[in-house]
Amino acid sequence: MNYYTEKITRALLPANATALLVALLLACATLNVSAQESVVEEDAVGSALVAPVGVSSVTASDAPNDAGRAVVVTFVPAPVPQSEDQALTLSYEIHRALSQDGPWKKVGAMPSDTTAIMTFKDAGGRDTTSSDYFPTETDLYYRVRSMTVDTALFAESEIAGPVQGIGQWWNSGRSPVFWFVLFFTILTLVFLNVARKRGDSLYIRPLAGIDAVDEAIGRATEMGKPILYVLGLGTASDIATIASFTILGRVSRKVAEYQTDVIVPCYDPIVFTIAQETVRSGYMDAGRPDAYRDEQVYFVTQAQFAYVAAVNGTILRERPATNIYLGKFFAESLILAETGAIAGSIQIAGTDEIAQLPFFVVACDYTLIGEELYAASAYLGREPLLLGALKAQDYAKAVIVVLAIIGVIMTSMGYEWFAEAFKVVG
Amino acid sequence: MNPLLSFGDYLWMTFAAFLTLATFSFLYKDNPLYKFAEHLVVGVSAGYFVIILYYGSLKTQLVEKLINHEWVYLIPLVLGVLMWTRFNKKLSWVSRYPIAIYIGIATGLAIPLEMQTKVTEQLEAMMVYIQWNDLLAGGFWNYTNSFAALLVIIGTLAALIYFYFSKEHKGWFGGVATVGIWTLMLGFGASFGATVMARISLLINRVQFLDQWRINSVGSVHQEGSGSYTAIYWVVLLGMLGLLVVDLIRTKGKTETDLN
Repeated sequence: MNYYTEKITRALLPANATALLVALLLACATLNVSAQESVVEEDAVGSALVAPVGVSSVTASDAPNDAGRAVVVTFVPAPVPQSEDQALTLSYEIHRALSQDGPWKKVGAMPSDTTAIMTFKDAGGRDTTSSDYFPTETDLYYRVRSMTVDTALFAESEIAGPVQGIGQWWNSGRSPVFWFVLFFTILTLVFLNVARKRGDSLYIRPLAGIDAVDEAIGRATEMGKPILYVLGLGTASDIATIASFTILGRVSRKVAEYQTDVIVPCYDPIVFTIAQETVRSGYMDAGRPDAYRDEQVYFVTQAQFAYVAAVNGTILRERPATNIYLGKFFAESLILAETGAIAGSIQIAGTDEIAQLPFFVVACDYTLIGEELYAASAYLGREPLLLGALKAQDYAKAVIVVLAIIGVIMTSMGYEWFAEAFKVVG
Repeated sequence: MNPLLSFGDYLWMTFAAFLTLATFSFLYKDNPLYKFAEHLVVGVSAGYFVIILYYGSLKTQLVEKLINHEWVYLIPLVLGVLMWTRFNKKLSWVSRYPIAIYIGIATGLAIPLEMQTKVTEQLEAMMVYIQWNDLLAGGFWNYTNSFAALLVIIGTLAALIYFYFSKEHKGWFGGVATVGIWTLMLGFGASFGATVMARISLLINRVQFLDQWRINSVGSVHQEGSGSYTAIYWVVLLGMLGLLVVDLIRTKGKTETDLN
């Protein structure tokens, strides 16, 4: 029987009353029981275990880099019992109150550990009606209860506090992100200026998938069949969807110029409204607002496979000459691309969802891989704003390559501070 | 002998099996059975999501907030109402304002997140310790962690160079870019295989369901109580087959355009 099993057994089984009484007296004499609020329990025959020694050095401080709805509680765990009559601490309960007199509310628990200092983060939400509501800028008090196998046998720590949860305006753990965004913004502004001065003479290497767009629109015109443009399952906040809107605008303008038709079935209601605006603007830019019909862009449903079933039906019934899948795609990518291949359409796809790219690569004629999708909008439009952003991206990538090489060398030489500088916490 | 399922439960199971088979009939070609399944799932899901959106978003995120006098939520309410101006041709331009605000907020939220997850965190993760004198200590196939890390670094940097758009992929630069696209394709191959295996398991699940339906219908010597609905099973199967044959005869020699 190991030490801990023996301790638990002793807590549960009756023992010799005299021996326990002596043990209790010894424990009281050796431990500073008066410093802790301890509870002693006696069993049916009068035997008793004393409560464990409580935790010490309890501190409570505002959690850094947050919105003020968290407090960090630290404490030194209870020492291993020196006497066999002392109950073993199995876990710690953390209690919180608005005043030193209570009432106390249990906000969490941790298993017993022998770590030098234990840390507990008491975090909650801002919803006042929720059970995890955490008040900000309010005095809070904490105490730690050392629990034993018997829930009635425990030891309380001293009370820590008052402490307040205070929100910070600056999350220092995410500073690297700020510096990168700032650097990239400056780079974009610089190249925006360059692009404005040099017009469309800035070089961008050809992208096969994008060169194929004009060809595909021409093919649709010759065949007298529509173009199907699928924006994917992303929301309007996804970068891939935003890039796709730009390309949709360009495709709509070309489609209007060639007097052919574009069909845009949408998955997301917000994407649907933006897509309608984009296509309408494309037709207006081409000088053919009269040719635009609201039915060209329609909302289907927000259920993934129901949407796929509907688009598949459209592909098979309308037999579009060209299918363009640009945006955020998930499990439906192969189903759509396979159906399009069966229908004999030219297919151009592009997404930044790495897991779906293989399916587009095998089932489509042209695939824009990841960032090529973002580059495509600049390549097509050749507007200074987009060209400048693309050039800035390229130079940012060059900087990243250099930083990565320096970082690997520095880390390998033992200078880990360099890699740490890019670490994002929280 | 009591059937495994009550008649009501069996009917629902039969309906699910019918829809499964109707969807699989797409493998033959577009047909009325598939059209029925398609329109049903689109209609049901559209209705379902209206309710989900009301209880999941509108009620909890707006109505209850306003009931609790959190007046700041009047702003999204107004923006939401402005979206409805799209139904009026004269006022439809107003709906561009909530769209613009939405896109602005979404982009503002997305950019730092993308920068964190796709740039800074990846960059920091790449800066690993490489023990140069230990690269091939275990031989090529029993490679060390340092060897694996070096492969990851070379592959990542080469792939990054592939996405450099301001320079033509020629000469040494083109060579590095080729290494990059090879790295990407290797990754795609692995991802493709893993996903296909996951899809196969989905198919197995459907086939098992159809088998269970068969057992409930026509019976199995291994399962007592099965085989109480044989007639319904055959009516459904032969009915579906009959419909497909009728469709085949009806559409023979006709193009999709003729049918539409």
